[in-house]
Amino acid sequence: MKFGVVVFPGSNCDHDCHWAVSHVLGQGAEYVWYQDRDLTGLDCIILPGGFSYGDYLRAGALVRFSPVMGAVREFAENGGLVIGICNGFQILLEAGLLPGAMMRNKNLRFICEYIHIRVERTDTPFTCLLKEGEVLKIPIAHMDGNYFADETTLATLEANGQVVFRYCSPRGEVAEEYNPNGSLENIAGICNSEGNVLGMMPHPERCCEALLGSEDGKKIFQSIVYHLSGVGV
Amino acid sequence: MKARIIITLKRGVLDPQGKAVKGALTNLGFDQVKDVRVGKVVDVELDGVEDRAQAQILVEDMCKKLLANPVIEDFSYTLEEG
Repeated sequence: MKFGVVVFPGSNCDHDCHWAVSHVLGQGAEYVWYQDRDLTGLDCIILPGGFSYGDYLRAGALVRFSPVMGAVREFAENGGLVIGICNGFQILLEAGLLPGAMMRNKNLRFICEYIHIRVERTDTPFTCLLKEGEVLKIPIAHMDGNYFADETTLATLEANGQVVFRYCSPRGEVAEEYNPNGSLENIAGICNSEGNVLGMMPHPERCCEALLGSEDGKKIFQSIVYHLSGVGV
Repeated sequence: MKARIIITLKRGVLDPQGKAVKGALTNLGFDQVKDVRVGKVVDVELDGVEDRAQAQILVEDMCKKLLANPVIEDFSYTLEEG
């Protein structure tokens, strides 16, 4: 199977994502330039982290109009798997592929550290090899990761079980003190109602090898491969 | 025609920047400051626009499509001839 890693001007986690799926998992992977419109032959699209378009106006705001995003939207609408990580999550929100918006972190600082997230759903393509309530040790690195949605949207997300990850303690306790950025309901990752589009602020691609301090991120990419091919890697 | 667009966080949306600025102003002795909200200004110069009505339509469209994020932000604007 083949992953497509989209490269926007200002992406800086594209190589890490490519490495994680190709080198660590041994899957096919190719870069997709932001001017491209052809996603033929790709099974899963990764929107990587970084500072696309310099975060001008709002993080992720200008990317929406790039040629590749039209193709990504169509890909998602046809049921294709799309995972947006960090800036990729911000892009999915700005493009309307996921509901809500990102605000500046509550402490107004760029936060770069390992945190913990609890797996809330295991029936998505991105979490099918995880256990419900499992805690992942995974790094975050962002300035605008403070997830916001109006009350109605939030209620819908919760009712549909679209919250996939929440910030928590190392033991899985979800509480405000383990919320690094002020996100509503400790939300670290959500999916669309169909479950084929996931956005998450933490960086699974940065924790796929023991050398990097955690291998928990690998489980997310392994889930995708398992979901698409039925094969464990 | 020139448009000055002001984008602010919606009421009810917590503004961490505004809160920090308010704290700093209070520390400086400006005890009268009750609340601070931080927003942004976008100046847009228009060309080939027939009248104010057309400019209004254009500016509102720009704000809705790109300049403001309707989930968290409100916008207002003023138009100036020349």
